[in-house]
Formats: sequence, structure tokens, C-alpha cells
Amino acid sequence: MDIKTLEKIRNDTFKSVGNRETHSTLEGMSFDRQVLVCGSTGCSSENSQKIRARFAELVKERGLDRIHVGQTGCFGLCAAGPVVVVYPDGTFYSHVKLEDVDEIVESHLVNNVEVQRLLYVDADGKTKPFNEIESYCRQLRHALRNCGVIDPEIIDEYIARDGYFALYKALTQMTRDEVVDVVTASGLRGRGGAGFLTGRKWKFTKDAQGEKKYVCCNADEGDPGAFMDRSVLEGDPHCVIEAMTIAAYAVGADQGYVYVRAEYPIAVQRLGIAIEQARSYGLLGKNIFGTDFNFDLEIRLGAGAFVCGEETALMTSIEGHRGEPRPRPPFPAEKGLFGKPTLLNNVETYANVAQIILHGAESYNTIGTERSKGTKVFALGGKINNTGLVEIPMGTTLKEIIYDIGGGIPNGKKFKAAQTGGPSGGCIPASYQDISIDYESLASIGSMMGSGGLIVLDEDNCMVDIAKFYLQFTVDESCGKCTPCRIGTRRLYEMLCKVTEGKATLEDLDKMEQLCYYIKDNSLCGLGQSAPNPVLSTLKYFREEYIAHVVEHRCPAGVCKALLKYEIDPTKCKGCTLCARNCPAQAISGTVREPHVIDADKCLKCGICASKCRFGAIRKV
Amino acid sequence: MKGSTLPFDGTPEQETKLRQKLNELKSTPGALMPAMQYAQELYGYLPYEVQCIIAEELDVTLSEVYGVATFYSQFSLYPKGKYKIGICLGTACYVNGSQNVYDKLQQLLGITSGECTDDRLFSLDATRCVGCCGMAPVMTVNDDVYGRIKPEDVEAILAKYRERG
Repeated sequence: MDIKTLEKIRNDTFKSVGNRETHSTLEGMSFDRQVLVCGSTGCSSENSQKIRARFAELVKERGLDRIHVGQTGCFGLCAAGPVVVVYPDGTFYSHVKLEDVDEIVESHLVNNVEVQRLLYVDADGKTKPFNEIESYCRQLRHALRNCGVIDPEIIDEYIARDGYFALYKALTQMTRDEVVDVVTASGLRGRGGAGFLTGRKWKFTKDAQGEKKYVCCNADEGDPGAFMDRSVLEGDPHCVIEAMTIAAYAVGADQGYVYVRAEYPIAVQRLGIAIEQARSYGLLGKNIFGTDFNFDLEIRLGAGAFVCGEETALMTSIEGHRGEPRPRPPFPAEKGLFGKPTLLNNVETYANVAQIILHGAESYNTIGTERSKGTKVFALGGKINNTGLVEIPMGTTLKEIIYDIGGGIPNGKKFKAAQTGGPSGGCIPASYQDISIDYESLASIGSMMGSGGLIVLDEDNCMVDIAKFYLQFTVDESCGKCTPCRIGTRRLYEMLCKVTEGKATLEDLDKMEQLCYYIKDNSLCGLGQSAPNPVLSTLKYFREEYIAHVVEHRCPAGVCKALLKYEIDPTKCKGCTLCARNCPAQAISGTVREPHVIDADKCLKCGICASKCRFGAIRKV
Repeated sequence: MKGSTLPFDGTPEQETKLRQKLNELKSTPGALMPAMQYAQELYGYLPYEVQCIIAEELDVTLSEVYGVATFYSQFSLYPKGKYKIGICLGTACYVNGSQNVYDKLQQLLGITSGECTDDRLFSLDATRCVGCCGMAPVMTVNDDVYGRIKPEDVEAILAKYRERG
């Protein structure tokens, strides 16, 4: 591969991808219309692959050779999936079913009439082009710039969007120090959670002594409810390959590993295709761009262990052992994979690198807050209307993310808290919704940026139950190497169980808090050190909810089953017998047209009666 | 260490394939996990007999193989059912009620996570986030994905697969 060929590919392919934006020009373009179908996990699990195949089949059948049908990575609005976007109209079809495809082709592609009933309806009740949808206008898609635009399985489309030009620039026009300096000056910090300055990590590895060095990518996204890294790998795998190659040049490595979750089959497959394509173009391998720089990449599959997201555990796992962490120092930059100096960054961190190299540090460090630069991708989930992927400049407030971008809480419920950082993070109560999302602000209130999972909780979620949920996760995932984590988290979990069963005392709450600090201070790795965060932050902001469980034996949100009781309001009950007939435990008795009663001893608290009752007569107390 | 009590039913063809692959992997640094992943794909799980072959070919101790097999949740010492049911207990699904669906599944199948029904028709796994949080709560049966499900939907879904046999 040389620069002339790369430029030629870019210019040629631009003709077919250049008009993938709303109201774009058609002049000199190969296609009049682009039908893009999301091919990421969320939409794929609702049949988007078949939808795309049907589009392609119909377009071919009808000889519409000025229309291109392609697949892309995640558009972000997973709740609206499967998603189909038609350019240059910018038409945004949501919840498309296989049987809708014929109608879209006939009506829209042939007769130029949009299919009204499938159009995405925005928060204000209007239908509008893709780029004008409220939740998109507020975003700044930097790491996700190619997701939803290019076909991740076609390298030329990546090149058409300036792909591999950053690698060319780094290899031929920059020294290794200059590359490190630009990354440092950009202010980019590790997006995996801890937020360590990326450029500094590169410098440490570059300065480490050793002939053999490695570059690794952490794609073991184990945080439940987070799917940023998966979306990048599915939507734009080449940006990770390019960045790793640049990193390898900077630190002096010739071999790289991407450690990716086996639970992400689409991401693994696309990354595999991308690596093959990069090799065939000579963008991986020997003498890249005619220089004496060699680099190649290998995929290693994780096997489902959360602790392997911790850097030393990840390397132990690549080496083929139980993924147990080891004490630091020595840091991976000195002694990492196979005992050699190793650079390890997360997927999203790498996704920012090529743009920084290409457009300079200022293009990045002018976005964000004073100490948190650039953008951050979040996976919005839980009780929120627009479940999906968003990218925002650092410093955006939580309120903007939840209401303006996320579309607020479904069913008119009240926003209670947001959980960031998963099992390592904490809860941000609704009273802090004006907080700026950046590393420092989140840490100051006892939460953390984490890798980017953002779970929204409403009034129906019990905070003690949520803390218990995360603890159960860490108990399961503790690798067992160090005692504070292995035994401490289990004891903490048991104490939380006591609270949710109404058996705890106020003294137990204090003991829990002490144990939390003990685990934090004494655990070997990040997993244990951060495991108590969900408990500490809920104790801090929702102590009254713990107290309600302990003192009043009551779960205010009505979640903790041991503390729940169902009752029938005799003034509302019409005696229709529906509840009694549906009760799996035969706990409801009564005669027709007379108020019924629930036998509390037999009741399983499954709630089926309440969901069946048409008169709202059954209530949780 | 034997894990499953069900008899091992591996074929000589499977063994030949496995040994061949292990031979290729021998020189790769950190080959144990890729080797075990391949073996699990081949047999569906990692019975004692297969662990022995891996240990022998890669020249590691059996305890090392067993240690790795039990460390990672992806590796199973038990066979899987013809229909592998996964219920997501990731956060997004959990806050939307997936625990109730999981309870229902356990009740109907009489097995818990990691186990397989005696007729080897169904196996059940409580999984971590499967990634389609927009459809929470999510249940998967082999490659079929069921989104936004409620406990009362479960019976009908299982019946569909029982009918297929």
C-alpha cells in the first residue's frame, strides 16, 4: 500500500458513501439513494439482517441500480430498532419489520412517497429527518463518527472517510515522540473507567527497556448494561486497528492483541474481517507504507470473567491462565504480557486516536471541560425512553442526557437515580441531575465515569435491591485471589440480604459501611477496590430507604418481596373472580360478586393478581 | 472433577479433530484458552475425558486445565440442551423485571442456571448482558431472541420448542 493507492481508493469510494447525510448533493455520485440498515447486535436480534437482504433482493429485482442497500453499525437509537435510514432524504424508519420492506421499496424508493406509519416520531410528536431528531442534535459523534455511516465489513468505506490516513501521517511524517506528544496534548484519558492520561501511558511504554513490546486492546466489556465498545467494534472496527497500529509505532511494538468478549459474536466476526482486509492491503504486516515498521494483530476471546477487564488479569488471561490480577508495580508498561512492556487501552480510547493524529491535539482538547477533554460514549439503559448509544461532549449535564437526549422516563414515572460505572460505580440521585458529566465531578459525589454504562432508575426501583444486585454480581465475579474481595463481598451481600428481608438492625448498617471501607482499602485490584461503591453511594444518598427496610420493615418501592404484602381493597373489588382464577398458589378466595381476600400465608407475591385486576383493587402494601 | 454424571459420548472423529487442532496450537503463546474454546465448540462442553486430551497434548497439568475451565463462565463441565435458554440478568434487563422471568423458567424446567434437563432438551443459563438492552428483558433460545418478555409468556415459548422435539 502506498499513499497514491490509498488516495485513489478514498476518492473512488467517496462517490458511493459521500452522500450519506441528509440533503446531500447527488452530483458525481454513484447512487441516487442509499438505504442503510443497522446491522449491530440490537437490531440484528430483531431481524435486521433479513430486512437488509430483502431490500437488496427487491432493489435488484426491480432494476433500481441507482439505489444502494448497505449495512452499517449502530445508529444509537436501539429502542427504535430495527432502524433503516434512507439518504439523501434522511428518512428515519423505526421498528421496521420484514413484511414492511416491500412497502418501503414500492412507496418510497419507486414512487418517492415516504411510508408515514413507519417514520420515527420525535419527542415533540413530529416526524423529521434523521439529523434533526432531538436526541441526535445534542450529540457530538467523535468516537462514533463512522458508526451508522459506513459498512464495517468494507475497508474502502472506512478509507473514504479518511481511514488509515492518520496511520500514514504518523509513520511517514512524525517521529515516535511526536505521536506520543500529540496524544498527550490532546488530553485524551482512558475511557475504560479509571481515566488515566493516555499519552502518559504511551510514554511509559515507549520509554520502557526491551526489544519485544506488545500493544493490547481491552474489549472485554463486562460491565452489565454497557455496550459502547461492542458498538464501536461492530460499527467501525478499522478505527481500532488503525489506532493500535499507530500506538504500536509510537511505543515500539510489533505485535498486538485484541481481547474481546466471546459473548459479542458480531463484533468478533467484523473485527476478524477487518484484520484480514487490513492485512491484504498491507496496512498490517511487514513494512507498512513502505517503512521498516512491522505490526500484526491477533484476536483473543475472553471467556466470561468480569475481572479480566482489569489490565493485569486481562494479560494473565491472554497468556492462557485463570484471569487473576497481579500486584502492581510492576506496571504493564514495564512488565506486562509475557513479561514484556505492554500498552493496554480500551476500545473507545483507541477510537479517538486516529482523528487526533489527523487533525491535531487542538481538535480534541478544545472539546470538554478543563480536565476532562473530548467526548464520552454512554450506553443508556434501564427506565429511559431512548435506550441506546449516545456520545456527548464532556461537561454535558446528567439532566440533558436523560431528558433531552434520552427522552425522559417512560410511563410518566419519576426519575430517581442514575447509575454510572456499573458494579464499580455508584448512584447519582435525582437531586444531582445538574451535575456535569466528567471524571472529577462524578468522583466528587462518590460515583465514577466507568466505562460508560448509564442505567436510569425510576421510583419503582428499590435502591437496596439495586445495591444487592451489583453485589451479587461482584460476589460471582470475584476471582478469589485476595481475601478482602472474596470473603468481604460475600459478607456484604449477606448483610444486604438481611436488609431486604427486614431482618437487619441499624447497627448492621454501620457495620456494612465499615466493611465497605475495609474491602476498598485492602483489595488487590480494581474489582475489589470499587465493589463496595454501589453500597456506599446508595447508603449515602438513599439512607432513608435502608432505614425504611430496617425499622419499618417496608420497601418503599415495593420491590423486596419478603417485605411485600398484597391486599384487596373491598370497596373496589367487584368479585369478578379473575384474580382467584389466575392465582398460581390458590391464595385468593371469595364468592362471585363479593369482595375477595388474599391469604397472606399462601401468597407467593408474584403480583399476577394485581396485573390481572381490571378495577385496580389489588395493591401492594 | 468429573462434573457431569451423564455418560461421555464423544466420537473418534471428534478426538482426531481435537488432537489435530491442539497440534496446530502448540506453538502459539497462551494456547490453552483458544484450545479449550475450540474443544467446547466441538463437544458442546468440556467433559473430563476432553480435559485429559487437552492437558496431554499441550503438555500442561490436568489441574491447570480444570482451573481454567472452572474460572471462566463460558466453559461448562455439563452438557448443554438441544435448546439453550439464556435469560439476561444484566442491569437493563434486571431493572425491567428479568428476575421474575428467570424464576418462572426455573420453576417450569425444574433446573437452575448451568444445568440441563434430563431429556437433554433444555439447558438454562442466567447470562450477563447480551447487548440488546433496547429489548429488555431479553431471553434467548439458541439463536432466537425474545424481547420485552413477561413471566406469563414463558410457558408458550417453551411449548413451541417442545413440540419441535
